[in-house]
Amino acid sequence: MTGVMETADLSFPLARECPFSPPKEYKEIREAEPISKVGLPDGTWAWAITRHEDVRAALSDPRFSADRTNPNFPMLVQGQRQNQNPDFEKTILSMDAPEHGPARRAVLGEFTVRRMEALRPRIQEIVDERVDAMLAADGEIDLVAELSLPVPSLVICELLGVPYSDHDFFQVRTAAMLSRTRTPEARREAFDGVVGYLDKLVTTKEAAPSDGDLLGRQIIKLREEGTYHHGKLVSLAFLLLVAGHETTANMISLSTLALLRNPEQLAIIKADPGKTLVAIEELLRYFTIVDAATARVAVADVEIGGVTIKKDEGILALGYSANRDPSAFENPDELDIDRGARHHVAFGFGAHQCLGQNLARMELQIVIDTLFKRIPELKIAVPETELPFKDDAFIFGLYALPVTCE
Amino acid sequence: MKIIADTGRCVGAGQCVLTDPEVFDQTEDDGTVIVLVSEPMGAAADHARDAVHICPSQALSLVE
Repeated sequence: MTGVMETADLSFPLARECPFSPPKEYKEIREAEPISKVGLPDGTWAWAITRHEDVRAALSDPRFSADRTNPNFPMLVQGQRQNQNPDFEKTILSMDAPEHGPARRAVLGEFTVRRMEALRPRIQEIVDERVDAMLAADGEIDLVAELSLPVPSLVICELLGVPYSDHDFFQVRTAAMLSRTRTPEARREAFDGVVGYLDKLVTTKEAAPSDGDLLGRQIIKLREEGTYHHGKLVSLAFLLLVAGHETTANMISLSTLALLRNPEQLAIIKADPGKTLVAIEELLRYFTIVDAATARVAVADVEIGGVTIKKDEGILALGYSANRDPSAFENPDELDIDRGARHHVAFGFGAHQCLGQNLARMELQIVIDTLFKRIPELKIAVPETELPFKDDAFIFGLYALPVTCE
Repeated sequence: MKIIADTGRCVGAGQCVLTDPEVFDQTEDDGTVIVLVSEPMGAAADHARDAVHICPSQALSLVE
């Protein structure tokens, strides 16, 4: 082994080099020893997997478990394991086969390409209303507060059947849960707050479930099948609500920023809105905001990329490294919306690939098209060095993005 | 060229439908893949190759 790659010499999670680049160590490891041992906050270690090909192989191999309750599952925040609530039912994120497939399929019908297309008119309406509000505001406004967060929050609330009037309650707590710098107690309190809220909401819906929202439809469908379980629906609601707004919000902010600082790329979309979906794949690749969520633990010995990972050893399948691997993407550090980046792993890969990816695509497409069409003079109002990036969160993004609309 | 779809492996990501909705569809109920054109020709055959490459659960394969 080379000195750089000795166990715990590199301690994860690592900071991004700049808002537009992965930690510089990713490239170093990928070139020198693409599967190497790295340190974790609790003093243990895991295998960092850095090449595109190996990340895809690892994430589609059922011998790697996603079960976060496994005592050997690699944790990127200290206290995370002890912090787990034993009463909280496992989400699909943490399930393995054969439990995972049926649980995912029970809700998958809600997220097909066709179902997402049916939501398009309503999402367009929501985006139009938010852009109206931006245009009505005088002078500098915060794009995160006015557009990035409200759009996906409104959409996921309507889809699930969660009252949007409660959005402050769960947005504040979601931000706390996803922060790396909050104490384990503060994160646990935030988590319990959201779970408690959804527990009550699901209980209310059980009395008179409506087929007008996802939670109601799940209650009706699963009761008919005889498989309904209150705690499992609370867990599903939690996963969809948390994953459904914070991620897309950050991609809206970062995509807007990236297109404004790359005007030649923005010009391509403005000239041909048919290119927006292509651009979104490239923006997802370029930022890979949920980088290290794809941890796993081996439940058997697995050989990958020439390295044998033994049973009970943890892996971090680093999506951001995979998405900047020159063997998969030429000139990977350049933003190039024409490159054809659909094989990126920003939504993960394998059985757990993001359930809401087509909802995210739809929201991003409508926001980008509408925003730059209706506000062609949109400008960032502060120097880039003053922008508050989320360097301290599990999901990368921006806390605020001051813009002017004229 | 023939497309083989393993619906048991499919995780319903819909990437194939996005690649070519004339070749692939998803079930209403659980989102698993439906192959509309099992022996695609020309551009549709190229799209099918892309779909096989992108499919996250490797539920699609080709017999050339």
